[in-house]
Amino acid sequence: MKRCLIVDDSRVVRKVARRIVEDLRFDAEEAADGQQALDTCRKQMPDAVLLDWNMPVMNGIDFLRALRREPGGDRPVVVFCTTENDMSHIAEAMRSGANEYIMKPFDSEIIESKFSEVGLV
Amino acid sequence: MNSQDFEFVAQLLRKRAGIVLTGDKMYLLESRLAPLARKEGLPSIDDLIHVVRSRREERLIAQLVDVMTTSETFFFRDKTPFEHLKEAIFPILANARRGQRIRVWCAGCSTGQEPYSIAMLLDQNPALTGGVPVEIVATDISDRCLERAKQGLFTQFEVQRGLPIQMLMHYFTQQDDHWRISERLRQQVTFKKHNLIDPNFQLGKYDIVFCRNVLIYFDGAMKSEVLERIATQMNPGGFLMLGAAESVTGLSTAFESAQDRRGLFKLVNRNVKAA
Repeated sequence: MKRCLIVDDSRVVRKVARRIVEDLRFDAEEAADGQQALDTCRKQMPDAVLLDWNMPVMNGIDFLRALRREPGGDRPVVVFCTTENDMSHIAEAMRSGANEYIMKPFDSEIIESKFSEVGLV
Repeated sequence: MNSQDFEFVAQLLRKRAGIVLTGDKMYLLESRLAPLARKEGLPSIDDLIHVVRSRREERLIAQLVDVMTTSETFFFRDKTPFEHLKEAIFPILANARRGQRIRVWCAGCSTGQEPYSIAMLLDQNPALTGGVPVEIVATDISDRCLERAKQGLFTQFEVQRGLPIQMLMHYFTQQDDHWRISERLRQQVTFKKHNLIDPNFQLGKYDIVFCRNVLIYFDGAMKSEVLERIATQMNPGGFLMLGAAESVTGLSTAFESAQDRRGLFKLVNRNVKAA
């Protein structure tokens, strides 16, 4: 089973996202900020990361840049999932190594559509 | 809503748009007519139907048909039709047309995601048609949908269904909480109002017709009639793209299934057959 790491400081969002990715047949793991996410990735790289932008301790974009510098950190497919919905944020995310970008609010259809764009489903 | 009223609306939809509304669609009817009643300042659906029945006002009848047409669509819907275009249809036609224009008709285009997807596909793959110009005409019965399609204005939800983020970045600009497709792509698509069941339609001749998930709302006889009429609007060697679950089997002999390509059909060359 493929593993998806859900990174968001909102427990509610993580819970909703978990249900959706589990329906897409992923094993879900959760992290509440970028540092927790990085620690999880250092133990074992997930196949996919669903990533919020604004979080305490370490935000999403800093996590992404750090992840891409890790050994094997180029492998996980990273899909941003954030309320930041302007072109400059999208462009910065893509330049920093994101594979896809979801603008909140999201639903199962959007996650499935974006995951299929990047070959995860 | 009483059964007489339901029957009245069902007949109206059948006559005007070919839509078959069975008794189990009462809920659908009510959920779509309630907002229209509110908009007209009428207290209930019953009052709305009463007004339509007694006044026979064309404007209101058109709006009723409009809200009952299904406008579900998204960018690059089902993906495979666009692979067929890329791998087979455009290369074959570009070779056969030898410099002549290729004409595409999207029948039942709703809010425009399908014709704009084709325009994006062509823009991303300029070599596909070997420089042969492509004209895209998109039609729908709904004024409401056509208006939105022409504006090329989509919600955040719509641009996240089927559209890769790179294409959003490349072809769209943000406008308040909506996204607008580029002027250049808008100019590549001509939108026209058109009712597929109108026997007098003449839109010219096409090489490619996309008519996906439209025939499913018609009964068998109407499906056959519409397929026959589409065939008369096509150039020899033309292609018809139906929805993933649709076929011409038992409905039309004007088309034959394209091998290994689901939903794709070729116009049968009838002159050759007769000889």
